[in-house]
Amino acid sequence: MAELSGKYLVGVYDDDDTVLHAVPRLRKAGVKIKEVYSPFPIHGMDEALGHPRTRIGIAAFMFGVTGCICALTLMIWTMGIDWPMIVGGKDPISIPNYIPITFELTVLFTAFGMVTTFFISNGLGPGSHFHPRFDLRSTDNKFVMAIDLGRNSMTVDEISRALKDSGAEEVNIKQF
Amino acid sequence: MHVTSPVREPLIQGGKTYADVTEDICRHVESAPTKEWKIAFGLSLVVLAYGTVCLAWTWWEGLGVWGLNKTVGWAWDITNFVWWVGIGHAGTLISAILLLFRQKWRTSINRAAEAMTIFAVICAASFILMHMGRPWMAYWALPLPNAFGSLWVNFNSPLVWDVFAISTYFSVSLVFWYIGLIPDLATIRDRATSKVSRFMYGTFAMGWDGSAKTWARYEYISLILAGLSTPLVLSVHTIVSMDFATSVIPGWHTTIFPPYFVAGAIFSGFAMVQNLMLITRVVYKLEDYITLEHIETMNKVITLTGSVVGVAYITEFFIAWYGGVEYEYYAFFNRMTGPYWWAYWAMMTCNVISPQLFWSRKLRRSITFTFFISVVVNIGMWFERFVIIVTSLHRDYLPSSWAMFSPTRYDIGDYIFSFGLFFTLFLLFSKYLPVVNMAEVKAVLRSTSAQLPAKISGVAKVRQRGTAEPAYDKDKE
Repeated sequence: MAELSGKYLVGVYDDDDTVLHAVPRLRKAGVKIKEVYSPFPIHGMDEALGHPRTRIGIAAFMFGVTGCICALTLMIWTMGIDWPMIVGGKDPISIPNYIPITFELTVLFTAFGMVTTFFISNGLGPGSHFHPRFDLRSTDNKFVMAIDLGRNSMTVDEISRALKDSGAEEVNIKQF
Repeated sequence: MHVTSPVREPLIQGGKTYADVTEDICRHVESAPTKEWKIAFGLSLVVLAYGTVCLAWTWWEGLGVWGLNKTVGWAWDITNFVWWVGIGHAGTLISAILLLFRQKWRTSINRAAEAMTIFAVICAASFILMHMGRPWMAYWALPLPNAFGSLWVNFNSPLVWDVFAISTYFSVSLVFWYIGLIPDLATIRDRATSKVSRFMYGTFAMGWDGSAKTWARYEYISLILAGLSTPLVLSVHTIVSMDFATSVIPGWHTTIFPPYFVAGAIFSGFAMVQNLMLITRVVYKLEDYITLEHIETMNKVITLTGSVVGVAYITEFFIAWYGGVEYEYYAFFNRMTGPYWWAYWAMMTCNVISPQLFWSRKLRRSITFTFFISVVVNIGMWFERFVIIVTSLHRDYLPSSWAMFSPTRYDIGDYIFSFGLFFTLFLLFSKYLPVVNMAEVKAVLRSTSAQLPAKISGVAKVRQRGTAEPAYDKDKE
């Protein structure tokens, strides 16, 4: 299989429903699908491909907790410990007055932390526009399925026929 | 196949295919600037230049060039600030709250509305810098240690809350908007024919490839960002209202302020969205995407929030009488019948009466009338802030210090500056970025289109690069 490493079979589909139904069929037939690329999210596609559920929510929660703790620490330390002040007859540490900023910083940390995690986990970044693409029409109107030939034990012909049978309108071969 | 529910009116007209969506929305990004755009942009730059001169003089000479006096210490500056922040509420409301409510009509307008939000908040922030008088000291509002020669900022103060609220709102809105832009930037990158645009859009598209895994994460973070932005958007105008409500000035010291300000913000924000979208849809020929349904739905939101504002005005007035505090009573009586009666009645007419006209289906589906009412609403909402700020201040506890406020040319010039800035930014946005979210429209096309074409993906008109490799087709060989 050495000569097939870096070679991909690219199935181009015309319809989001077709590609969504093609995925379980192909997987059942024993084809290992690398990814499906689409111009918009297809609901159920990640489950069909067997991708694990994203854990980005856990990261977001952690960032939120960090933001909350940072905000409270900042305000309690500055207002109550570093330079205690009585403002408007309130205690130097008056938690109700700290709620708005605590909320804002929690949101700020969650949003930025989560989006940074999103960029890193997807390998997105300003320099990553050199990434190879299977078919440029996948950001316009086509649905593109990539199959890594190096990772499949089936022959190219078998996979190609399976792709055609599942509704692919074009099957291309792509080498990186 | 999906089954389309006939309960809702269709949102996309013209039997569009996915390729049509890409074509229609990328067209203005890819073509050279039109003559109309150049004229509009030139005008905005002239307005901005005039405003910049006024602003430069304000900063050079000091705030004495404004019409403020010892009694009226806040006037146009804070009025304009609150007005712009209020306008900046519609975008995030459309993209966040309507996402949580699964309102599909948001997809055609959320991009432009969010852009408007960001630019409006920039304009609002410019008034914060202006009214500081010494904007180079603006960083003193940040929690910086004593080495800078002052105490820590006072975290009990709503003005400090405001610093955090506005800057969080601005940056989170920017992130939300940018995340939504990435897939569309990738579309433009993949269609680009010139090296420069491929590089520019490619850089900002950050290597987006639209894989199923990326989309799943994208949808997940969009949902969380929407969940975060929903309380955030409500908190921002709540905190702005607390700048007033936590003071002891009669007319400001009322607990009704937070919901009343938030409703007013959405009211004026939707009016501004209407103004911009009614022009954009004609100029960029997007009538099939921003349809009468969208306009009518936004008018319904305007009527709802306008009614909340109306009820708030009346409640406020009732409590001023019923509460029995004579200072409070005088403040409101003075608004209605005092020397600023015209501002009060302008506010009442524009904000309470005009949105009620939208109960008529014919009127709320009339484009001309909608545009007119949107302008009226924004005038009314400006007067609301002017009434709250100036009429509450101009007659204080000591009749010998009662005064009137009249704007100077620099008050007006600095307001003009914000318009120049806003329209310059919006025109740049509308030329260089897709004004409608292509990916989201494509995602709802099947379920919201009036009539579906035989082949929904359509044929891309621009032949793609990168498909040079021969098709693998064993049967034909």
